[in-house]
Amino acid sequence: MGEFRMPSLGADMEAAILRTWRVNPGQKVHCGDILAEVETDKGLIEIEVFEDGTVDRILAAPGNKLPVGTVLATIAAGEPGPAGPLPAGPLPAGPTPAVSPAPGEGRFRVSPLARKRAAEAGVDLSRVTGTGPGGTIQVADVERAAAQGAGTVPSAKEEALSMALRHRRAIAAAMARSNREIPHYYLQTRIDMSRAFAWLKEINAQRPMEERLLSAVLLTKAVALALKQVPELNGFWLEERLVQKQAVHVGFAIALREGALIAPALHDVDSKSLDQLRAALSDLIARARAGRLRSSELSDATVTVTNLGDLGVETLFGVIYPPQVALVGFGKIREQPWSENGMLGVRPVLVATLAADHRATDGLRGAQFLGALERYLNAPETL
Amino acid sequence: MSATPSEWTYREAVREAIRAALRGDPRVFLMGEDVGRYGGCFAVSRGLLEEFGPERIRDTPLCESGFVGAGIGAALGGMRPIVEIMTVNFSLLALDQILNNAATLLHMSGGQFHVPLVVRMATGGGKQLAAQHSHSLEGWYAHIPGLKVLTPATVADAYGMLETALADPDPVLIFENQTLYNRVGPRECAPQPIFGAKIQRQGTDLSILTYGASLWKALAAAEVLAEERISVEVVDLRVLRPLDEEALTAAAAKTHRILIVDEGWRSGGISAEISARLMDRAFFDLDSPVARLCAAEVPLPYAKQLEEAALPGVDTIVAAVKGMVHHHG
Repeated sequence: MGEFRMPSLGADMEAAILRTWRVNPGQKVHCGDILAEVETDKGLIEIEVFEDGTVDRILAAPGNKLPVGTVLATIAAGEPGPAGPLPAGPLPAGPTPAVSPAPGEGRFRVSPLARKRAAEAGVDLSRVTGTGPGGTIQVADVERAAAQGAGTVPSAKEEALSMALRHRRAIAAAMARSNREIPHYYLQTRIDMSRAFAWLKEINAQRPMEERLLSAVLLTKAVALALKQVPELNGFWLEERLVQKQAVHVGFAIALREGALIAPALHDVDSKSLDQLRAALSDLIARARAGRLRSSELSDATVTVTNLGDLGVETLFGVIYPPQVALVGFGKIREQPWSENGMLGVRPVLVATLAADHRATDGLRGAQFLGALERYLNAPETL
Repeated sequence: MSATPSEWTYREAVREAIRAALRGDPRVFLMGEDVGRYGGCFAVSRGLLEEFGPERIRDTPLCESGFVGAGIGAALGGMRPIVEIMTVNFSLLALDQILNNAATLLHMSGGQFHVPLVVRMATGGGKQLAAQHSHSLEGWYAHIPGLKVLTPATVADAYGMLETALADPDPVLIFENQTLYNRVGPRECAPQPIFGAKIQRQGTDLSILTYGASLWKALAAAEVLAEERISVEVVDLRVLRPLDEEALTAAAAKTHRILIVDEGWRSGGISAEISARLMDRAFFDLDSPVARLCAAEVPLPYAKQLEEAALPGVDTIVAAVKGMVHHHG
C-alpha cells in the first residue's frame, strides 16, 4: 500500500492548501497522473503520483493547509478492489483537528462570495458551519465565524496575505538562503551568434509563423547539451555533497504578473528535439502565467536558465536557486565589432554568464561549460 | 381603473406618444392590422385615424410579412414608420423580414443602409387569450444582433421610449405587455433612454431582475417580504438587448443573491442569458446560485386558474425569495 503525500515543491515550502481532488477512491492511476491541486505560495499547482495503482482512500479534505509529508491518500497496488470503508471520524485537517463538514464527499459547499471573504478574513472554512441550503457555507456564516474568531487558524494573518506578497516572501527566503549559504563564482563569455542566427533564419523561412524557432529554444538546448559535457553543474548540493543528475531539467525563469518570478522545469531538455522543446516551452510559459503548473515542474529543475535580454540587459549575474548548483544567464544579443582570423566585422554577440556553487565545482568546470556552450551555438545544426 | 387629471393609463401614454410623434415629424406614420377604423385591437390607436387621416394611420391586410416588409422599405426610403403587430405570436410570420432584412441590412450594405423602423407589439399572458396570443417571445428577439429590444413596464417608459426609439437610426422592437394597458401612472411626457436598467425598489438581501408585467408582481412581492424583514431590491431591466451588464453586476455586488423573474420560458430564454452573464462577470460576488422563476414550459393555457399557475405570480416570487434567504442569519 503506497502513500500519496503532500510533496515538497521547493526548499522553501513547508505546507500547502489542498484545493481539489481530481480522483475518487477506486480510480486507477498511473505514474505521472495528476491527483490533486494544491495552493502554494507560487500559485495553484497540480500534484502528480509516482506509482501505478488504485486510489484506496482519500485522507484529507480540500480547504485545509497541510504540512509537507502529510499523507493525502493511500494507493493500493494493482486492480481496484471493493472500496475500503472510510476512516472513522473526521478527516485530518492540518495541524489542528477540525470538523469536516462532509466526510468522504471531497468538496465543501461554499458560495463563491463566502470563499472569497474567508480568504480575505483568514477564516478556515473547514471550521465554519454552513447554514445555507444543504449546509452550504454562505458569507453570513463566514462573517459570523470571523467575528467569533472561532474559525481562524494561527496562520490566519499569513493566509490573508495577498498571493503576490506570499510569493515574494517565498522568493525572498530562497534567495536569502542562496546568498547566505552558496559561495558563488561568476564567469562570463561573449558568443558570436551569427551562425546560429543564419541557421535559424534558414530553418524558419520554410515554416509557418507558429512553428518558427526562437533563439530561446536554441539557447536552452545548448545549455542542456553543454551540461551533458560538464555534468558536475547539473544537480543539487545536498547534505554537504554534490548529487549529479542524469537528465537535464532546465528551470526556465518566467516573470509573472505583480512582479513575481518562477522557474518551472522543462523536463529532459537534453533529449528533446528543438521542435519538442519549442512546444514544451510555450506550453510551460502559458501554464505558468495561468497558475497551472505541476508539482514535478516545481521541484525537478536541475539548473536554471534566466534571460533578461528582452529588457536590454547586457550581462546577467544570477543568484542560484538552492539546492541547484548553477545558473546560466543570457543578456541581450547586440551587434558588436568582432575580430576573427585577423579580420574585423560586425556580429550579433551574446553575453553568457555562469553563476556556480563553488562548493560543488571550481572555475575549471565552469570554463569548460561555457566553452561547450559556445561550441554548440557555433554549430547550431548539432542542437 | 380611473385616472386623475395628473395620471393616465399605459394605453393612453402609448397613444399620446404616437400622437406626439405624428405631430412632430411628417415622416412618421402608423401601420398595422386594425390600427385605423377599429382603433387598434388593444384600443391604443383609437381616434388617431380621425385626426391624421388614412395616409398616416394605415390599416393593413392580415399579412405580417407583407406590412413589416413595407415598413422596412419605407424606413429605407426615408420615412419613420411605426409598425404595430397584434401580438408577438403573430410576429413570427414577419420574423424573416425582421431578422433577414431589418436587423441585417446595415451589415449587408457595409454600413450604408440604416433601417429606422419601430415595431410595436403586444406580448405576454394573463388575459385568457390562449396559446396563440399569450406568449412572451421577446427573449428570442434579444438573440438577434442589429435589433434593440425594449420592454417598457412603466407608464413613463410607455410614453418616453417611443420618441427615443424613433430617433434611433436602426430597428427597435417595443414589447408592450398586454396586461399593462390599463395600468395607471403619472402623466409624464419626457423622452426616456432606450438603454439601461433601473432600480425600482432598493433592497439589501436579494435582487430581483425582471421586466415588463413581472416588474409589478416583483414589487408587490417585495412589499410582502418587507413585512417579514426581507429586504428585496427590484430592478427593471427595461431593455433586453443590449443588456445592461453593469446593472446586473452591480446588483450581484450589492445583494449577492439574484432571482430572475421572466414570463418567458426558461429553456434558452433571456433569463438563461442573464444568468450566464452573471457567471461571467459576478461569480465571486454571488452568495447563492442565480435562481430563475419563469413561465411553466407549456403552451399558455386558456383556463384562468391554469394560466395563473403557469405564470410567475406574487406568491411564487415570495416563495422563491424565501427559499433563497430563509437560512440567512
